[in-house]
Amino acid sequence: MAEPLRKEDPIVDPLDLPVEDPLLDPEPATDRPLRWIGTPFRRVDGRAKVTGATRFADDLTFPRMCHVKLVRSRIPHGTIRSIDFSAAEKIPGYLGSLTGADTPIPFGILPVSMDEHALCPDRVRFVGDPVAAVAATTEDAAYEAALAVIVEYDPLPTIASVEQAIATPEPRIHEYGDEGNLHKKISMRFGDVEGGFAAADRIFEDLFFYEGNTHLPMEQHATVAVPEDDDRVTVWSSTQTPHYLHRALAKVLELPASRIRVIACSNGGGFGGKSDPFNHEIVAAKMALQLGRPAKIVLHREEVFYCHRGRHPVTMRMKTGVTKEGKITAHHLETALDGGAYGSYGVASTYYTGALETVTYEMPAYQFDGLRAFTNKPPCGPKRGHGTPQPRFGLEVQLDKIAVALGQNPADLRLQMLVPPDTITANWLKLGTVSLDRCIEAVVAGSGFRERWGNLPEGRGLGLACGSYLCGAGLPIYWNHMPQSGVQLKIDRSGCVAVFCGEAEIGQGSDSVLAGIVAEVLGVDLSDLRLCVADTDLTPVDLGSYSSRVTLMMGNAALQAAERARDLIAKAVGDQLEVPADRLVFAERRVFDASDPDKGLAFQDAVIAAEARFGTLGTVGSYIPPRSPGKYRGAGVGPSPTYSYSASVVEVEVDPATGLWRPLHVWIAHDIGRALNPVLAIGQVEGGVYMGLGEVMMEEQAFRRLPRHLSNALVHKFPSMLEYKSPTFLDMPPVTTYLIEDPDPQGPYGAKEVGQGPLLPILPAVANAIYDAVGARVDQVPIHPHMVLKALDAKKKGAEPRYGPKTFPEADYGETLIVPTPAQGGDGTAINEFRGKLRSGMRGVATGTMSTRDEALRQKKALTTKLEDR
Amino acid sequence: MDNGWTSLIFDVNGEPRAAVFPTHHTLLEVLREELALPGTKHGCELGECGTCAVLVDGRPILSCLALAADMKGKKIETVEGLQNGNALHPLQQTMADLGAAQCGYCTPGILMTAKALLAENPSPSDGEIRAALAGNLCRCTGYHKIVEAIVGAAALMRGEDWVAPREVLYGAVEPGGAASSAPTSPPASAVLHLVPNPGDVGALLAAPPSAPGTPPQSEG
Repeated sequence: MAEPLRKEDPIVDPLDLPVEDPLLDPEPATDRPLRWIGTPFRRVDGRAKVTGATRFADDLTFPRMCHVKLVRSRIPHGTIRSIDFSAAEKIPGYLGSLTGADTPIPFGILPVSMDEHALCPDRVRFVGDPVAAVAATTEDAAYEAALAVIVEYDPLPTIASVEQAIATPEPRIHEYGDEGNLHKKISMRFGDVEGGFAAADRIFEDLFFYEGNTHLPMEQHATVAVPEDDDRVTVWSSTQTPHYLHRALAKVLELPASRIRVIACSNGGGFGGKSDPFNHEIVAAKMALQLGRPAKIVLHREEVFYCHRGRHPVTMRMKTGVTKEGKITAHHLETALDGGAYGSYGVASTYYTGALETVTYEMPAYQFDGLRAFTNKPPCGPKRGHGTPQPRFGLEVQLDKIAVALGQNPADLRLQMLVPPDTITANWLKLGTVSLDRCIEAVVAGSGFRERWGNLPEGRGLGLACGSYLCGAGLPIYWNHMPQSGVQLKIDRSGCVAVFCGEAEIGQGSDSVLAGIVAEVLGVDLSDLRLCVADTDLTPVDLGSYSSRVTLMMGNAALQAAERARDLIAKAVGDQLEVPADRLVFAERRVFDASDPDKGLAFQDAVIAAEARFGTLGTVGSYIPPRSPGKYRGAGVGPSPTYSYSASVVEVEVDPATGLWRPLHVWIAHDIGRALNPVLAIGQVEGGVYMGLGEVMMEEQAFRRLPRHLSNALVHKFPSMLEYKSPTFLDMPPVTTYLIEDPDPQGPYGAKEVGQGPLLPILPAVANAIYDAVGARVDQVPIHPHMVLKALDAKKKGAEPRYGPKTFPEADYGETLIVPTPAQGGDGTAINEFRGKLRSGMRGVATGTMSTRDEALRQKKALTTKLEDR
Repeated sequence: MDNGWTSLIFDVNGEPRAAVFPTHHTLLEVLREELALPGTKHGCELGECGTCAVLVDGRPILSCLALAADMKGKKIETVEGLQNGNALHPLQQTMADLGAAQCGYCTPGILMTAKALLAENPSPSDGEIRAALAGNLCRCTGYHKIVEAIVGAAALMRGEDWVAPREVLYGAVEPGGAASSAPTSPPASAVLHLVPNPGDVGALLAAPPSAPGTPPQSEG
């Protein structure tokens, strides 16, 4: 009798694990038609969602639950002189309050910019910045009490724009940052850019502007904190990143992480707006512990606009050199980001505005200069595409101008310079599969682009554009050597397979990806699985739903856990039936001999055999991305196991008399690697198209000054769902979606991302279509009718038929990092970077420049990844 | 009652439900709190998003703008009452199967508005569907799958055989004859009208599509 297994496979350093390639090493015995993968099965949370049974955070109630509301700053910049709760305390039902003095420990999603406090201790930095919190027995009383709190401020000068931030180094909005009110400055040069421009036949220079916009999830942020035992607390929250929230709570509450449990409820939409740890989440936890009773906090819609963390407004200056055949010789991109009042993901966002510029078209020499300014507005952060839609808009519109100037069809221009698969770009990004050619051909054929572009009657036009996005950030938010996703399976004699994973379902279908993969490998039905997700006490860490990482990273971890379980069960069944384990097939809820299908066991009986043989069954799978070849400072933003690609043609109708335009049809092709569930994948594509159209048609996170006789304060122009325009049922044109499958070995079953990529080509395709329709360029988004009219006016006067930014905020980006490209024989490092011990041990991650005092503290503090020490 | 409180016996999903609530509270608040039916959602507090839509005497209204105290003698229907026993309403089936519910937050409001539409117009056109639902915002889907789902549910409710179009489930076929590994026809495992989970087959069989114009659940 074989020895029972005492423990799982020995733990292997994840960095040494070979990349599993299900395509190259198919298991012969399990070679059978796929049952779930590639089929449009009903999403596993579908029934709960259509019956109203899904419990979103605000649907939760607990005994004695109290309600908490925040008091927010009414001025854009100033110091707090006094906070008076005396009127609030008299409100019947009032229970207690918190101020910044109660939340002195700073936090923030990025270790390099932990510049937030749950409640402002002394300074407020935008209209909406939380300064106090009150709790009461009812929500009405909490609202009344919050309104009754009197806060006195001493105003400071307001900084409203990037230009103003550059011109106003003092007073500083924050006491850290690269210079004055510039949070971050970046300058990197890859290859011989000067030589590239000298070798060009033509050089094109353009300015673009991409207005900020916000996620507008249908569900407002909500959190319920429930104290337990003597010193434990459970925090239920609408968050995309329970793990990062967990770390932030441990830091700010000064409790061991093991005493804090974060459960991410199903998000009613996230799109990046629920990936920071938030003021309201910390306040709810603190209030619950202080009062000894569950505390719920829900943001009303106006507050969601202040919470924000949305798309940065970016001004871009783009210079491209091309040969007369249309090959790029050099590219220089400058971006200026309006960051708002806090860091959030902003340092990463700034790097992202430059990082993916090289992954679609061959670009031998590339310079990127970027800066992020602090301003007294709600902080910007990650929104679907995270810093890449802005430069993608500029690049795809500029390429359209280049095509017209060179007399080439925009599709052919791109096709002849596509980056080959499996190459390393000038900025050291390792690419995987690239099926952008098939994407372009699909939308070109579907729309009749080659025949109709340039040939439609006045007022009708077609525009083409492409895009690319990563499949998960290659590095975690905080540096560590641990897996980025983990899945555990518990299988017992009932035949039920319990699947544990820290992933957070935000509507994108991650629960269904997890279930589909496990059910596929084990040959069971989806209803044989029980998912336990997004619970920091119970589930292994998954870093969260951001950067389109979940399908690839969680999927690979799930594959590993399920294959280990399958192998264990196969061993037991094989011995029992006297069949070689590798001839066993797991399908249709059975385990049977491939050469004699009647010889087998029901899955439940197979588990019983394994449980009897090996004891209680449990397996683990984990995933960590491959190391990136880039080693220079800043190389940590951009790498990914692989990249998705999209191409789109949009047909528009423009009225030259009014400038009014509307999209008539969208063709979109997405290089998805493998559609694990095509109906869900199409949902993501159509949702991305919708959101891209919203941004180019109407969405604006814009600000205005109140009249001087009121306060002259800088306030949000449209903090409601009526005024902040988003598309309705009536605004969406027909969408034709092509899912292009070219399996990538990095992804589970070859799958790449689909949640963010399809948004990217939409905006430039629209701008290019408007040009095709009326011969006018609008080099900014959203494209309002008056902009089209102004461009047409210029055209009539014989001036350049363009509307767009005329100036670029000039600033000094600091010393330029010089990084030789792979073609130049580089090794991924910069030649002028200090090669000693990298600051804070954060290899490849931008550290920014802290003030001298903070830097001294950092270097003294021992490097640790223990949550308790953060 | 006075002192700012009202007591009322509501008719919710065909059942009497009693509650005592602050007189100034909206129907939305009372449904979610005192009546413990949190399926109906709030998204904006101002009547701008449609997530709070419920049916009152068969008409869709924004419950965040209606006073609960005004509901005496009125029939209220919420998403919790859509099912027929344990079987899903055809609108629920099609919304779930076509991926027309992603995050699911706008779904209850859309289901109730669609139900009212189909009760009044059993064969709505694409334009009529969109006009009827123009007051319901969705940030996830881009709306097309929701329209498909309503078209499909309407067909099922008229007693027709309806199969989701191939492009809705698999996308358009890549033109130009390029080799694609996407299947050109639904797999053999697709059963009945859609591609339900095996566990839902019983539910579909138990609740056949009802006669045109009649909502599936019995309401006396």
